[in-house]
Formats: sequence, C-alpha cells, structure tokens
Amino acid sequence: MPAMSEDTAEINLIVNGEPVTRTVPVRRHLVDFLRLDLELTGSHLACEHGVCGACTVRVDGVVVRGCLMLAVQADGAEVVTIEGLSDSGEVADLQAEFEARNAAQCGYCTPGMVITSAELVAAGGVPDRDAIRDHLSGNLCRCTGYQAIVDAVEETMKKRAGA
Amino acid sequence: MTPPDGNGAGGLVGKGVARPNVKRLIHGRGRYTDDISVPHMLHIAFVRSPYGHARINGIDTSMAAEAPGVVRIVTAAEVAEICEPMVAIAAHRPGHKSAPQHAMAVDHACYQGEPVAAVVAASRAEAEDAADLVIVEYEELPAVMDILEALDPASPPIHPDLGDNRCFEHTTVTGDAPVALSNAAFTVEQDFEFGRHTAVTLEGRAILAHWDTVEERLTVHHSHQSPYQMQDVFSRHLGIPEHRVRVITPDIGGGFGLKINVHGEELAVAAIAKMLGKPVKFTADRLESFAADCQTRDHIATAKMGVDGDGRITSMDFENALSVGAYTAYIRFGLAEGMMAITCAAAPYALTDYHARTRVAYVNKGIVGMFRGVGVPVGCAVTEVLVDQAAAKAEIDPVEFRRKNYHRDEDYPLTSVGGYAAKYMSLHRCLDACVDIMDYDGLRAEQAAQRENNVWRGVGVATFVEAAAFGPVYYGPSGARVSTQDGCTVKLEPTGVVRVMTSVTDQGQGTLTGIAQIVGDQLGIGMDDIDVIAGDSATTPYGGGAWASRGMAMGGEAALQAGKALKGNILDLAASVLQTTADALTLEEGEIRDAATGEARMDLAELAKVGYFRQDTLPGGTQPELMVTRHHVPDTPYYVANGVQGAHVEVDIETGFIKLLGWWVADDCGRVVNPLMVDEQIRGGVIQGIGNTLYEHSQYDETGQLLNATLADYLLPMAGEMPDIKIAHVETPLTNTELGANGIGESGTIGAIAALWCAVNDALRPLGAQVTKQPFTPEHVLEVIAAARG
Repeated sequence: MPAMSEDTAEINLIVNGEPVTRTVPVRRHLVDFLRLDLELTGSHLACEHGVCGACTVRVDGVVVRGCLMLAVQADGAEVVTIEGLSDSGEVADLQAEFEARNAAQCGYCTPGMVITSAELVAAGGVPDRDAIRDHLSGNLCRCTGYQAIVDAVEETMKKRAGA
Repeated sequence: MTPPDGNGAGGLVGKGVARPNVKRLIHGRGRYTDDISVPHMLHIAFVRSPYGHARINGIDTSMAAEAPGVVRIVTAAEVAEICEPMVAIAAHRPGHKSAPQHAMAVDHACYQGEPVAAVVAASRAEAEDAADLVIVEYEELPAVMDILEALDPASPPIHPDLGDNRCFEHTTVTGDAPVALSNAAFTVEQDFEFGRHTAVTLEGRAILAHWDTVEERLTVHHSHQSPYQMQDVFSRHLGIPEHRVRVITPDIGGGFGLKINVHGEELAVAAIAKMLGKPVKFTADRLESFAADCQTRDHIATAKMGVDGDGRITSMDFENALSVGAYTAYIRFGLAEGMMAITCAAAPYALTDYHARTRVAYVNKGIVGMFRGVGVPVGCAVTEVLVDQAAAKAEIDPVEFRRKNYHRDEDYPLTSVGGYAAKYMSLHRCLDACVDIMDYDGLRAEQAAQRENNVWRGVGVATFVEAAAFGPVYYGPSGARVSTQDGCTVKLEPTGVVRVMTSVTDQGQGTLTGIAQIVGDQLGIGMDDIDVIAGDSATTPYGGGAWASRGMAMGGEAALQAGKALKGNILDLAASVLQTTADALTLEEGEIRDAATGEARMDLAELAKVGYFRQDTLPGGTQPELMVTRHHVPDTPYYVANGVQGAHVEVDIETGFIKLLGWWVADDCGRVVNPLMVDEQIRGGVIQGIGNTLYEHSQYDETGQLLNATLADYLLPMAGEMPDIKIAHVETPLTNTELGANGIGESGTIGAIAALWCAVNDALRPLGAQVTKQPFTPEHVLEVIAAARG
C-alpha cells in the first residue's frame, strides 16, 4: 500500500527572519514542521485540533493555530515562533511580567499564551480584565487558573500606555 | 505588585521570589521529553483496543510490517516475555483483590484504549499509518460499566480469577451512628454522584527510552513526577540491575498526580527499547490521553447527618461506592479514592457517631489513579453539602453553624470520627479570614435584594482539609515501594556559590525555588548564588519526587537541615582558618563574620578556595566536608493542612447556566516559604476544582465506548469564564518540622469543589431544588429545578 508520506513538496519561507527551504511531506502540519524539521521546539502540541492554543504561532503577522495549517500552506509566508518573538525583544516587558507573577507554571501553554497576548498588547490601550480574559479564551492553561496571566497582560498594557 | 527581589537581605523565606527556572519556559526554551531527539531514535504508535471489553483471538501484523518506515511490530505477548506484569496489592488493606496487568493486553482487553501492540517506525506518522494496518481479531465481551451492577457478585467478572468485580470494601465505625441518627432532633440526607474525569495535562505522557547494548544500561527521559519510582519499576519489571537504570525527568508539561502513576505503555516502551537496542520515543496524543491516561473520581454516595436540638451535629452515615476501572492502579492503588473520601469526611466537625462504608468496583473503563485531592474532595463536598442543609433546617446561618460545630481549638490533638489524625487545624481562624475577605454579610444582603429581581445568586462557604506529605506510617505497611522520605544535597562550589540537589521534582509548582530560598537563608546567600538540580535518579538524592503536596513540607525540611549542616561545616572550617571557634562566627551575605561585632572575617569564596585548593594552609588532618546530604522522614501518617473557601455564583434558572461571580480562599499551609508560589498553587487548584465540578466528565456508553475524547467535547475552564480569586493566608507553622511548611498543592481543588456544591445549592434552596450530580451541567440544573417544581 502506498504511503501518503511519499508525497512531498518543496517549500520556501521565512522563519524567525531566516530564509528556509525544505522538502516536506504534504500532510505535515506547520508545528510538526517547525518542531521536527527546524528543531524549533518552543511551539507545542496538545490537542492537534485547534482547541487548546499551545501551538500558536504568527504567520504573516497573524496569530494562527499551527496545528490547523499545513507546512505547505506556509510556502512563501513569514513565520514567527516563540523563539523568534523572544529574541526580537518585542515582548520582553510582557515576558518579564509573566516571570514576576509566576504567570507560567509548567510552561507548556506559555509560548502560545505569550504570542496570543502579544497580539492584544500590540493593539494598545488598556482593555478591561474581561476583555483580556476574552482575548485569551482560546488558550488552555491547566496550571495557573489564568489570573496571573491576565495580571501580566494588564500590567504590561498599563505600563505601555503610561497609565 | 512590584516584582520581588531575590537577593534582598533579611531572608528569602516568606518572600515572593520569582522562579529562576521559569524564564526559559516563557521564552520558548523549555525542554520537554518530546523536544529531545537522539541519533537513531525510533517512534512508537500503539494499537489500542477499540472495545470496552474483548478477548483477543489473534493478531496479524504482516501487512503493517510491510508499511513504509516500519522497523518492528511488537505484540503484547512479546513484551510480556521480558516484562513482569504489574500487580497492585495493598497489603495494608485486607480483602483487596487485584488482577495482574500486563504492559499491553495479551489476550484480554479490559478498557477502550488499552494497548494491544506497538508499531516501531522511523517517524510517528509512519508508525500511526502502520498501526491502522495491524489486524487484531477481537471477540467483544459484555462490558460491566455501572458501579452498583459491578458490585453485584452476580455480574460477569472482568477478571475471572478474582471471582467477581468487587475490588475492595472498608467500613469505618465510630460510636453508634444508627442510634445517634435515630435520636437526632432532625436529619438531612442526600444522594450524590461525582462523575469520572481525567487530569488533562497539557503535555501528554511522554517517554524516550534508550538501551545501551554494550554497557547494558537503560536511560529514560520521562515526563513523570518521580524518577526514583520509575527507576525502581523499570529495574524490577525488566530485570535490569537498578544502578544501570537512569531516569531523567526534564521539563514536564503538567502532572497533577497523573504522572505519578505507572502506565502500561511506559513499561512497554522501555521493554521495546531493550528488545531493539535502539532509542524509542512515545508521546501520547490527546485521544490517547483521554482514553488511556489514568482517570479519577467516579463515585456515588448517599449520606445522612443528624443534628440535636441545640444545632449540634451528632452523627453521620456515609455510604460510598466507586469504580476504579479495569485494574487497581499501579503502584498506589485507586482504592485510595474511596478511603480518603470516608476518612476525611466530617473531619472539621466535632460529631461523635459515624458510620461509613466504601465499596470499590472494577468496571470496563480506564484505570482510576492518583489525581489532585485523591478522594478528599468527595468527602469534603458530601460533608459540606449536608452541613449547609442542616444549617438551613436548623435556621442558623451556615457560617455560624460551622463555627458552632467545628472542633474547638482546645481539643487538639484529635482524631476525627473518620480517623483523620490532626495535631491542629486552624478552622475558626480560616473561617473568620474567609468571611472577612469575601464580605459575607454584604453578599448575603445583595443575594436577598437580587432575589426580588428573580436573580438567583448563591453563596457557598466550605471547609476543607488536605492530608499532605504522606509518610511511612501510611505507606510502609502497604508493601508498595513508595518512598515517603525526601533528600537534599547542598554543595559549596569553589567560588563560593552553591549547588543544591533535591529529590523533589517540580512541574511548575515552584518547589525548587522554595528549596533555593530555604538553603539561601541557612547559608546567608542570595538566589543568584544558588542553582538547584532535580529530576535525575542517577545523581540526586533518593526520594519521592512530587506527590501528595510534599515538596515544601518534606523536601523543604530536608533542604533546611542540609543547609544547616553545611553551614556548620563551613563555620568549623572557617574557625580553623581564623583560629577561633565556630560559635564565634556567623555566615551572612556571603561572608563569614564575627558573631559578636558583625565584622567581616573572610568571604565564602575565600573559604571555599582554602577548602578545595589550599588545604596545605590548614592544620594537619583537617578534612573539609563542603557537601552535605540530609533526608527528612515524617513522623506522622500525613501532615494536616486546612482552610475555608467562599464562592459566589449566579444560576440562570431558565437556561441552567452557572456564572461565577467571585471566589475567596483562606488557607493554612503552615509556613509560607514563597507567597507567590503558594497563591498560584491555590488559584490553579481552585480553577481545576471548578472545572471538575462544572464541566469535566469522561463519558462512556454502556458498551465501554468513550464518547467525548477530544478537547472540543470534554469541556475545561478557559480564561473567559473563570473568576479572579482573592486569598488570605492563615499561617500556623507545622510543629513536626523546623521549617514548619505544610502542603498546598491540593487545597485549592479540594475546597473549590465543596464550595461550588454549596454555592449552587444555596442559590437553588429557595426553589426547593438541590444539584446532586457532578458536573453540574445546565441539563442537570434544569432537571432538579423541574423536579422541585413538580
């Protein structure tokens, strides 16, 4: 029986600012590609059906579920993972607030939480706590109970807004 | 909140120091088991039983063996040849019956998802492709799914050798409950159901095992709470000398008790690594986690409470039954769910007459193992619901009713009617603190006002106990190889910094941070000068790992004693160098100082240099010991933590939806080593308890099919619905240890479940309705309201 894995395609994309060319199985999703082909293991898998948000990455500036997108669909795209986002310093303040509040326990959801929070932080202003909670509601955290994460986002946004 | 300062003078214990090991996780640089790849690594996918109960009449692997990437198909029988089956027998529980459980089901599958064969391939995807091509000839057998049906000796036995499906039964009798209940001024009674659910660690169980064919060593990277336990298990079950088994637990994506259990696949992976002489990796996906992770709860109960004419609880009867799935969980026994429930029920209250029975049944569902709280939430919720009903019937405010019925502070030490032994419980102080932070009177006034508007709000105040840090008094007689002690090694490095090696493992609780704080205070150094190493069975002191909220209570005490001993050795050496006596010196801020004047005599780095490189300057025969190990063994069956939680909810009586309006916790976990970590343990625990009570349910049909094995179908608490939680600490240092820290890991979950039962029933009480089944689905809420309205 022929295996699907024989079906491959070459893709060219930018990952964390670096050009990448790889031949990948067409069925491989984006996070498996990042983890297995590029050894960028900061993006995690926990449900592989788009519910938990552990696989969250940025594709062409938009926050996406990396498990719901095939690697071949990222051909020509610009992908930013938690590693790239961290190294850029874009959310160093947000990450420092996470650290100070212990807004991460096991840390497995945290890369997705940071990328999702970064989107809200970048939008600016100081949303109320319900709006922050609403924004984070697609990311499952089993450890913290969310409050410290909401605190970290709120404090970052207050500081950025000079409030 | 200002970020805490980890290097401030005046002591680290008691400060909300941030975790030094969390930054890498926030920056995406964690290293979880599945992140680790080694050369020549192969991947495993399991073939699992699609039936709840089936005989396996044959396996045809020929087609799968030809699939691309496949290296080997390993059947259960092949693994059984080199791997001893698991038999969890609780020697301290007479009458407990347990069937052998093979790593994979050899000829008899007893729950849906039980592994039957393993496909080893070059990639996980190829292994999964080939797993679909393994043809297993099953003969479906009748499934036993209902607890009471399973307890009927006439039900078809899942394990014929056991005779029936009755796993265990225990009755506790204190005083004479039947007589006391019949003499009571009034009684209250209710039936309860606590639905089966599961842990849902975000990172699935994961294991990478490597057998070195030359040295005959097994090295395992394992997402597990106890590397020591697994070293022991792999050694004994695979017949490998223990010193040639090394288990490393890297970053772990959630434990919650799930990852203290031994799962069959993990033994199979290690066995297959040995069989193949190659590294093999297995990571459970979400479907596998729902089906084959150990599950929890699944109790039914009927309970009755008697109260005298003065509003004092006199008596209680608690009839409990639960199913533990197809096997007794290895190595800690799922029957603890029932024992803890009947032991901890009524623990805060000064009643005299108690009768309780737990009956444990085997059914064709996943195995019930350890999970946060282990049965205590059931005992607490049953008690607190009855206490609220009794208060209502006595027409006494439920807070006042509790105050009246708690053990008095002067009555300690005591053993509760259920056998819960407490040196002390700060019940009255925790109740006062909780009522204060929640503005109880204000909430009651608002509740009354809102009822005029047809808005149904409820206030729940629930008392909880947590049995933490189980010791040898409990586990020793069980015969289980559960290490109830923890150890700590503290080593002064030549530049004056310190490495700490602990047997405690940290899945995000912050225990390693607490251990650094404790050692830092003993040695007078800051967080930046301490590194803590954990999670490697070959290099760290032997101990328990992480279970039963022991990290600070036991691992912290071991760290304190090790730090103190090293300080003694350092001062002895310094006295020798400085030609004085050790008691004339002190160790502060990285300096050895004159104890009387505070004058700096030499710094720690200078002393370490002498100890390691310039022994020639010391008096002859001096043997500097700059590394010290200490262990802590608790002297009681467990340490007793307690607290009170308050919940404020609104029930929409048209839709059955429950909205959480506020949450408060007053907790006494003894000495608070790090308030930031303690608060986060409480908050995370509360939210899990809320999830357990409102949403989570592993639902099986009558044939043993799991109906909701995806995160889209199994509901969990998300940020949008959860409340902020306000916390008050009541700090009663434990007198069993010098550190005085008690357990905190399970308190949030235990108390939250009871508080939510109380709050929802408080909202519904004027309607004459009470919820009786967890989770409180909107359907159940509407059902009990409709029943009350007739």
